[in-house]
Amino acid sequence: MPEDLKHIADDYRWGFRDEIEPELALKGLTPETVKKISEAKGEPAWMTEFRLKALETFFKLPMPKWGPDLSELEKKFDEFYYYVKPPSRGPVESWDEVPEEIKKTYERLGIPEAEQKVLAGVGAQYDSEVVYHKVKEELERLGVVFVSIEEGLKEHEELFKRYFAKIVPPTDNKFAALNSAVWSGGSFVYVPPGVEVEVPLQAYFRVNTAGFGQFERTLIIVDEGAKVHYIEGCTAPLYTTEALHTGVIEIYVHKNAHSRYTTIQNWPTNMYNLVTQRAVVEEGGYHMWLDGNLGSKVTMKYPSSILKGRGARSEVLSIAFAKTGQHLDTGAKLIHQAPDTSGRIVSKSISKGEGRASYRGLVKVSPRADRAKANVECDALLIDPESKTDTYPYMEIENETAQIGHEATVSRLADDQIFYLQTRGLPEDEAAALIVRGFLEPVTKELPLEFAVELNRLIELEMEGSVG
Amino acid sequence: MANRLEIQDLWVSHEGKTILKGVNLALPLGEVHALMGPNGAGKSTLGKVIAGDPNYRVEKGRILLDGEDITELAPDERARKGLFLAFQYPVEVPGVQVANFLRLALRERLGEEPRIAEFYARLKEAIELLDWDESVLSRYLNEGFSGGEKKKNEILQLLVLRPRYAILDETDSGLDIDALKVVARGVNSMRGPEFSALVITHYQRLLNYIVPDVVHVMMDGRVVKTGGPELALELERRGYDWLKEEVAGA
Repeated sequence: MPEDLKHIADDYRWGFRDEIEPELALKGLTPETVKKISEAKGEPAWMTEFRLKALETFFKLPMPKWGPDLSELEKKFDEFYYYVKPPSRGPVESWDEVPEEIKKTYERLGIPEAEQKVLAGVGAQYDSEVVYHKVKEELERLGVVFVSIEEGLKEHEELFKRYFAKIVPPTDNKFAALNSAVWSGGSFVYVPPGVEVEVPLQAYFRVNTAGFGQFERTLIIVDEGAKVHYIEGCTAPLYTTEALHTGVIEIYVHKNAHSRYTTIQNWPTNMYNLVTQRAVVEEGGYHMWLDGNLGSKVTMKYPSSILKGRGARSEVLSIAFAKTGQHLDTGAKLIHQAPDTSGRIVSKSISKGEGRASYRGLVKVSPRADRAKANVECDALLIDPESKTDTYPYMEIENETAQIGHEATVSRLADDQIFYLQTRGLPEDEAAALIVRGFLEPVTKELPLEFAVELNRLIELEMEGSVG
Repeated sequence: MANRLEIQDLWVSHEGKTILKGVNLALPLGEVHALMGPNGAGKSTLGKVIAGDPNYRVEKGRILLDGEDITELAPDERARKGLFLAFQYPVEVPGVQVANFLRLALRERLGEEPRIAEFYARLKEAIELLDWDESVLSRYLNEGFSGGEKKKNEILQLLVLRPRYAILDETDSGLDIDALKVVARGVNSMRGPEFSALVITHYQRLLNYIVPDVVHVMMDGRVVKTGGPELALELERRGYDWLKEEVAGA
């Protein structure tokens, strides 16, 4: 629908580009490309091998057929750029060293100057190269590592090697294999035992080249009794060619550690967003996935928690907002492998216009997981008569002592609610936006304030002219 | 004609059925009128149509607010001009906190962001008047409220938004006598030269506490009789049948 696309394009206030010529751009998916990526990054031989093997795995694995339609994507793998190196000297330590054009980009994104904010550190990914990555001295003093994934490999190779691709191996799925072959950018985080990082670690990144695929890889290790909150917000400009984003996020939560991973993606609506996010939680540990999906053409993303140790806990809270032309297939997985583990999934989806939001979730309780508890709540809100939603809740319960709850609701934006709010002076659009925000409240109340504000603004934008 | 809410020869249909058949009614600013009548007379429909409910179709006639024809205006435009409808069945809006909702509504009412101090002063005063607890402010709008709490919440909104013209649609239904008194106290506190109310009720009971200046009686889609407060008492005593006969005979 050209009219609708135009609307999206007009509304997409971050849809701009910079005039920066890349130093190196690698198109097409071949062993040659993979070798060049590894070479450009100056990687050790084992990583080059790993990448090449992952590429073979990628070619061997079938396209997933159980979810959204990926047939268009399948024809286009050779049209994407798999590596783009922007003209910069690589990771820098201070704000002054960040190139002016890039600073300008951040300004237009409305990102306040990192130095002035109460952020622990800002890892900003520009194209596939991290150009700015700062860790506050305080964090360094605590021994917290918060660097680009490339630096993580260079500076902390042993630690890196111990965890990398152990939670999400290349054989996990076709897109994990793809990422493993061509990964570039992302964060490496290590929090030493007992260290509690009070302020969230934040990373911003965006895609900036037509036809360019983004393959960020993040590895977070939270050691015993440590605590961290990692935040990632993605925004990207709108392009006419298909784009691909395939990320892999691995998180290891050690005994009694506490971690949280928050992300909101607002990719342009021509983007395939296929991400594998997985956490392993050891005894007494806790992990929260907080996941917001607004943009993209197709998203497939099911943040998973493997509850490996006794008493491990996890919560997965997610939001999906699918507009016309979008199919967001999102959900969560809870894998209970030990006794007394507990988990909760809250999924809130909104479908507008001809948008389609699907919930796909798995709760698996292994025979060993006595007294496991899991609760799944998925609610769908339909804005228009042609909006679509579907739910695929999978349950594999192999232990009789497990307590599993599942609730699913589907509702429509109700005329009586809108009229009620209108009689209190709220214009129709605002009334609709308020109802949508209320619907999402159980999830958004967990968001950091600036994210919640941002999300509410986006929802208002989306609801403009949507009713009546 | 300024400073009054006026209904002129209003004909309204709903799903093809004519419900209002030429309603005439005038509510001058500063007065409280009661609108009574048997079930199905069209009282609630009139309230909703004045507020702009899109489910009803105005076939003929006009609604004038301070002399301005508002018949075609959206419900929110009417509200911003000072009109308020206390719903018979208030609607639940999950996830929207009462305080946040009231702040947004007050912003629309005032046409600017309310000063925080003033906003809280209004909230506090209203909550005290209603014998309520501030904890209601952080609850979600009407969600999980009892029937009585929902009605009270309508009056809370009335007190905070301070409209010029309020329509109370059977606010008394489902209330026990204590709740009724609290609601009446809220409405009475608004009375003055800058406030009018049209109190729609089935029973005389509420009118013991909110004493109207004028009583209108509706039957079969029209206002058939208008009188003083004594008319309500007469209806309470004699029922509606005598009036039906009187109308039929006229």
